[in-house]
Amino acid sequence: MRKRFWVLTAALAGSGCGGPFPQSALHPHSDFARASDVLFTDIFWWAAAVFVVVEALLVVALIRFRHREGRPAPTPTHGHTLMEIAWTLAPAVILVFVAVPTVRTIFATAGGAPADAVKVQVIGHQWWWEFKYPDLALTTANEMHVPVGKPVRVAITSADVIHSFWVPPLGGKRDAIPGQTNYIAFQADSEGDYSGQCAEFCGASHANMRLRVVVESDSEFGRWATVQLAGPAAPTPRTAAERGKAVFARSACIGCHTIQGVSPGVIGPNLTHVGGRTTIASGLFPNDSAHLARWIADAPSLKPGALMTRMQPPLTDADIAALVAYLQSLK
Amino acid sequence: MKSWLTTTDHKRIGLLYFFTAFAFFLIGGIEALVIRAQLAQPNGHLVTAETYNQLFTMHGTTMVFLALMPLSASFFNYIVPLQIGARDVAFPRLNAFSYWVFLLGGLFLNASWFVGPLFHAGVLNVAPDGGWFGYANLTERQFSPGPNIDFWLLGLQILGISSLAAGFNFIVTILNLRAPGMRMMRVPAFTWMTLVTQFLVITAFPVITVALAFLMFDRFFGTHFYVSQAGATPILWQHLFWLFGHPEVYILILPAMGIVSEVLPTFARKPLFGYTVVVYSGILIGFMGWGVWSHHMFSVGLGPIADSVFSATTMLIAVPTGVKIFNWIATLWGGDIRGTTALHFAVGFIAMFIIGGLSGVTHASPPADLQQTDTYYVVAHIHYVLFGGTIMGLFAGIYYWWPKMTGRLLSEALGKWHFWLQFVGMNLAFFPMHLIGLLGMPRRIYTYSPELGVSDLNLLSTIGAFLIALSILVFVVNIVRTRRRGQRAGNDPWGGATLEWSISSPPPVYNFSVIPTVANRLPRWKTEHHEPMRDPPGTPPAPIHVPGGSWWPMLAALGLPILALAPLTHTLWIAFVGVAVLLAGIYLWAFEPFDV
Repeated sequence: MRKRFWVLTAALAGSGCGGPFPQSALHPHSDFARASDVLFTDIFWWAAAVFVVVEALLVVALIRFRHREGRPAPTPTHGHTLMEIAWTLAPAVILVFVAVPTVRTIFATAGGAPADAVKVQVIGHQWWWEFKYPDLALTTANEMHVPVGKPVRVAITSADVIHSFWVPPLGGKRDAIPGQTNYIAFQADSEGDYSGQCAEFCGASHANMRLRVVVESDSEFGRWATVQLAGPAAPTPRTAAERGKAVFARSACIGCHTIQGVSPGVIGPNLTHVGGRTTIASGLFPNDSAHLARWIADAPSLKPGALMTRMQPPLTDADIAALVAYLQSLK
Repeated sequence: MKSWLTTTDHKRIGLLYFFTAFAFFLIGGIEALVIRAQLAQPNGHLVTAETYNQLFTMHGTTMVFLALMPLSASFFNYIVPLQIGARDVAFPRLNAFSYWVFLLGGLFLNASWFVGPLFHAGVLNVAPDGGWFGYANLTERQFSPGPNIDFWLLGLQILGISSLAAGFNFIVTILNLRAPGMRMMRVPAFTWMTLVTQFLVITAFPVITVALAFLMFDRFFGTHFYVSQAGATPILWQHLFWLFGHPEVYILILPAMGIVSEVLPTFARKPLFGYTVVVYSGILIGFMGWGVWSHHMFSVGLGPIADSVFSATTMLIAVPTGVKIFNWIATLWGGDIRGTTALHFAVGFIAMFIIGGLSGVTHASPPADLQQTDTYYVVAHIHYVLFGGTIMGLFAGIYYWWPKMTGRLLSEALGKWHFWLQFVGMNLAFFPMHLIGLLGMPRRIYTYSPELGVSDLNLLSTIGAFLIALSILVFVVNIVRTRRRGQRAGNDPWGGATLEWSISSPPPVYNFSVIPTVANRLPRWKTEHHEPMRDPPGTPPAPIHVPGGSWWPMLAALGLPILALAPLTHTLWIAFVGVAVLLAGIYLWAFEPFDV
């Protein structure tokens, strides 16, 4: 416990990389996050100074003027105009030092980005994230990829209720509001795998609406985009994966999920390249056979309220195993 | 028993408010403990997601509307008429009506925990689950089909009527029933803050009434006030809710500030420093509280200009707040400070409120706030303000006025235990939340990943919450013990300056045997300008007429929850029954002979 405390303190003190705190606002990794952090640090020290002065005054008053036998009755002072003016002006002056950089940062981080910025459209759903890259004409879910050192402009909206898109190491949150589009812009300054999650209460599984942002080199980003743009991998004939494709095509899956060339559903996440993602269920579980099988069999038991209900009649274990093999083949 | 049910005596109604609100405070506290137990470790599974969402919704709703506001109301009721030298409030039966509406509204809300089976759901299934802030469009029938949100919005509508009735009552009381000679600038600070609070109540509650009426229409009659597909925007709800919600914050804090402004002078044996400035800054806070609502909405995307303006108005509000704090410290400075439990809590208020105020400045800055809003950082902030602030202030009031209200002094020894346990507990519970939030934990989540690295801090916070629970247990023991063995208080155990200390404890039903004439701000103290007043005689020189009780306020109040059952159960005839009961109550009340 104690050791953890010092680790924590050290981690907080150093600006270091994501490390043990992948979702920390205190470890900024983009210009946007850094601007907020600088401002926060600035205000923090003003606040700390005021805290020390005022609490010290309070403690000194309590100690110095505590009741003692034989102390003469206090002079009944009623006020002091000059002092009132002084302690009205002092906080006002400090606030000017806070307000000026605040307004400057508000306008600097208002979501504007150069025309050649990578554009990502984020759509919040109960309870997962859809990412579209309009310039690349590709759609994916729950894991967003962006190139390092390039401006990124994120357009945020929602398909149902209000959500809030928040990846603390890359910057502050913006609400995803149905019928409205909000923008943030950032330029990530180091490669890495950053986590975020929905920050506006959005119903039963609000806690389970997580996401990851993979910041990678320009060439890796290009390779990722090429893979995403290609059609789904065709399963090898006479394998479990091929049987899985048949199961998928004859089950309710197709009503909600898109796999290019196989099914057109748009209610759930696009699965064309689901095998290439590191997590499933909006960042809840690693993308491995065991979790995938449990997820397909009974999603609501893993994620309360999930719209992907248990299939009726239930799929057989063999069908589920085949489906898992198929989905994993969709790299 | 009958005399309590029909009472119109402001003192009895004050005690009813206190014990009812304290019971709801315990319920809200138990909800908080379950929440903290769930979050003690990552991937906790003590309760389900659905239950957790109901718990945090009801914790917030209960603490704001059923605990803090009515606890303040218990002091408005008991103390304000005594401080201004009145025999009762202006409208005693309306006062009883306010209480019964509050009690029934609270029971209506909390009944939702148990009545699931009536709605073809389990117990603990249909309590409100949209958050105390109930953001549209999650609260629309499409996304929240069950009766949960119905309970919430109907319950709040009922409670709003109670607050509005009490608001008008106390404004009229304070403006019209002051003792001869008590000019506005001689009114005690607590009564002044009560007056400001009531003006906020009567102006802010209509806003949420409208917002809730829109939601009610959306849910029951298929309108689209908050539906974006129909061309409206759910953001309308946020504007309306926070237009009410921010003044509400001052409705919660100003009474506690008033209490502190009474307790400090009494125990420092010094008049309140800068009385005029403290009063005016209270009024200013009341006004400015109306111009800051969008600071709850910096992540909504209102644009840089709106964000800048609301940031500036929010920072400005720190000025009158800071002025109050400096005046309180100046009140202590040069005094002869008696370290009573009441003083401990009053000083605790100042010390903790400073922290809440300063963290407030950090989220007055929108770019910084975008990393803080909707995280545990804000949970820390509101608990420093409302627990470290309001609750500490209310406990200062409880220890200060308990002898006046019951005739017996609470144990100082147990009181100190209570204070220190609560002080340590609250800092342990709420301070780590600042870090938890900055490290990336959003609020209102029933579970979190161990990867966030906030597990130890959460455990610490849970331990703190249980320490707070222990401190409240000590307080309950103190109340029970005092009832039997508490030291008799006499008229004035503390040497107070204001009128309530000039009469016996508890005061006779008519309060003042002779209505005092007030010649200055500190009538019972000797200052360089004047001698202390003479207390009213123990027995009235002439008989004093005291009106009897009435059943009709309670009957009228009963009509409201019945009326609310109609939309809840989609049954029209119940509405007619509710209206009939309400009208019958009002009719009988209106034509009740004055002299009973």
